[in-house]
Amino acid sequence: MGAPRPDLYRKRTRRSTGEAAIRYALLAAALISILTTTGIVISLLEETVKFFGHVGIGDYLFGTKWTPLSGGRSQSFGVVPLVFDTLYLTGIGLLVAVPFGVGSAIYLSEYASPRVRKTLKPILEVLSGVPTIVFGYFALTFVTPTILKGLGLEVGSFNALSAGLVLGVLVLPTIATVADDALGAVPGSLREGAFGLGASRMQVSLRVVFPAALSGVVAALVLGASRAIGETVIILVAGGQTTNLTLDPAQAMQNMAAFIAAASRADIPTSGPEYGAIFAVGTTLFLMTLLLNAISIRFVRKYRQVYE
Amino acid sequence: MNTVAEASLSRKVVERASTGQRTRDLMFRLALLASLSMGFVVLAALVIDVVSDGASKLSLDFLTSFPSRISPENTGVESALIGTVYLMILCALFIVPVGVATAVYLEEYANRESRLSRLIEVNIQNLAAVPSVVYGILGLAFIVRGPLGLGPVLLAGALTLGLLVLPVVIIVSREAIRAVPSSIREGSLALGATQWQTIWKHVLPGALPGVATGVILALSRAIGETAPLLVIGAATFARFNPEGITDRFTAMPLAIFEFISDADTDFRAAGAAAILVLLALLVVMNAGAIFLRNRYERKW
Repeated sequence: MGAPRPDLYRKRTRRSTGEAAIRYALLAAALISILTTTGIVISLLEETVKFFGHVGIGDYLFGTKWTPLSGGRSQSFGVVPLVFDTLYLTGIGLLVAVPFGVGSAIYLSEYASPRVRKTLKPILEVLSGVPTIVFGYFALTFVTPTILKGLGLEVGSFNALSAGLVLGVLVLPTIATVADDALGAVPGSLREGAFGLGASRMQVSLRVVFPAALSGVVAALVLGASRAIGETVIILVAGGQTTNLTLDPAQAMQNMAAFIAAASRADIPTSGPEYGAIFAVGTTLFLMTLLLNAISIRFVRKYRQVYE
Repeated sequence: MNTVAEASLSRKVVERASTGQRTRDLMFRLALLASLSMGFVVLAALVIDVVSDGASKLSLDFLTSFPSRISPENTGVESALIGTVYLMILCALFIVPVGVATAVYLEEYANRESRLSRLIEVNIQNLAAVPSVVYGILGLAFIVRGPLGLGPVLLAGALTLGLLVLPVVIIVSREAIRAVPSSIREGSLALGATQWQTIWKHVLPGALPGVATGVILALSRAIGETAPLLVIGAATFARFNPEGITDRFTAMPLAIFEFISDADTDFRAAGAAAILVLLALLVVMNAGAIFLRNRYERKW
């Protein structure tokens, strides 16, 4: 545990050599996680630097035409459409996941009896354990043809709306469970005080518990966003394989992760900028999720400071 | 008289206010219930959709045939199923020792305040949030090509997935180790055992159910991962089984991807059947985790 233990260990030479060896072996295993991060950074940067030898950083960051895999003169490496599509798809997902996720969290934490909560929460977590390829199948063969076309919407067989909506369902449980933890961390005395003053359960939930847990709820949203931004297969299967700088959700869209997966399967020479583009996009995605994760950790710390 | 009238009036006001509030409360409660049921409705729709598309394709032949590009009637998932089983075994062989060793180091040896252990801790937190496709890039650059240069083979796939799910094993194992009360350690140390003997004979056996749950949780995440395997260049279509750890392979999610990338509805139905096989594997693994937890979990 956290408290420093008194040094009770006997000091015997033969044993202590073995003990020290074990200690270093365990440390070596722990360092694998650091090596993983280092490996990720090196593998991304090495090719990204090479890529920027072919393509200007300005052209990459501010160019509005993303056609890295087409040959000849029509090839262009402006990442704006790809980043836009990524954020747009994430936005559609969050429009679903935030209200439904936070609503679920408030119900679980403030309304459900402990027994009901204990049954419902694991079922909700099952949803986040479903492989994303299954969600991709669902978006492609059910949401697009049956629901969206059934509602009379003019969508293509690959479209941003279907991929985005299902992306929202994917991150809903993440948001719901993390937000539920945050709401549950609000001390009961705050609720009791408000009830004692005659507030209804809705008033207690919305005006007392929710504001008190706000930073934890925001952390949940950021975590959900970070998961949605990095999702690959749903978009690859149901969103299509072209980028579109448009606000029309009926169009096909591709996000950064899906581009990486699609491009690494395409038959491209490893020396050219097409190959480097995979890593440049990977670096961009990595930095974006790292930033979101840092923000989420900061918010979590904040709400922990208040009540623990 | 006057005061009685006043009292009844004020009670009326209070009641009227609370009826309005009560309606709003009820609406709010219904809205919350609706958002909660959204998750369950989608889960049900998803299962019904997959079962209705794929159940009729499911047969023993489907499990024991290689995939076919020509005839959806004779296609199957044998190579993918075997690939997935090998992949999970190899992955477990990698994540169990490394994950548990890391957890033991962080909980039993590391000085909490030291810069190194805090670095490792923050690092694991961040790794857990890295998108899986980025692990694919790591696998591609370091394991498939580059320093290890294994090619897109089973071992490369298992290592890539292993690195991806390692944070899960570490985080869950640490909790399990932490739950073993320090009185157990102190008792063992007082009898003259060394620190490692204490860990090996007392702490780890006590933490075993929790650790096993964490490993199964990690594997059930790894088994459904598609993106990293796509990026490292694993086959999505293979009419052969891997025979050694340096053989090329395919896996269930990749076979599903291949099936549903076909516009033909019969092939998509085969994809649904393959999804059912994958979900069945997941259910078995999770049932195993729940069984382990209930059967062996100790109350100290």
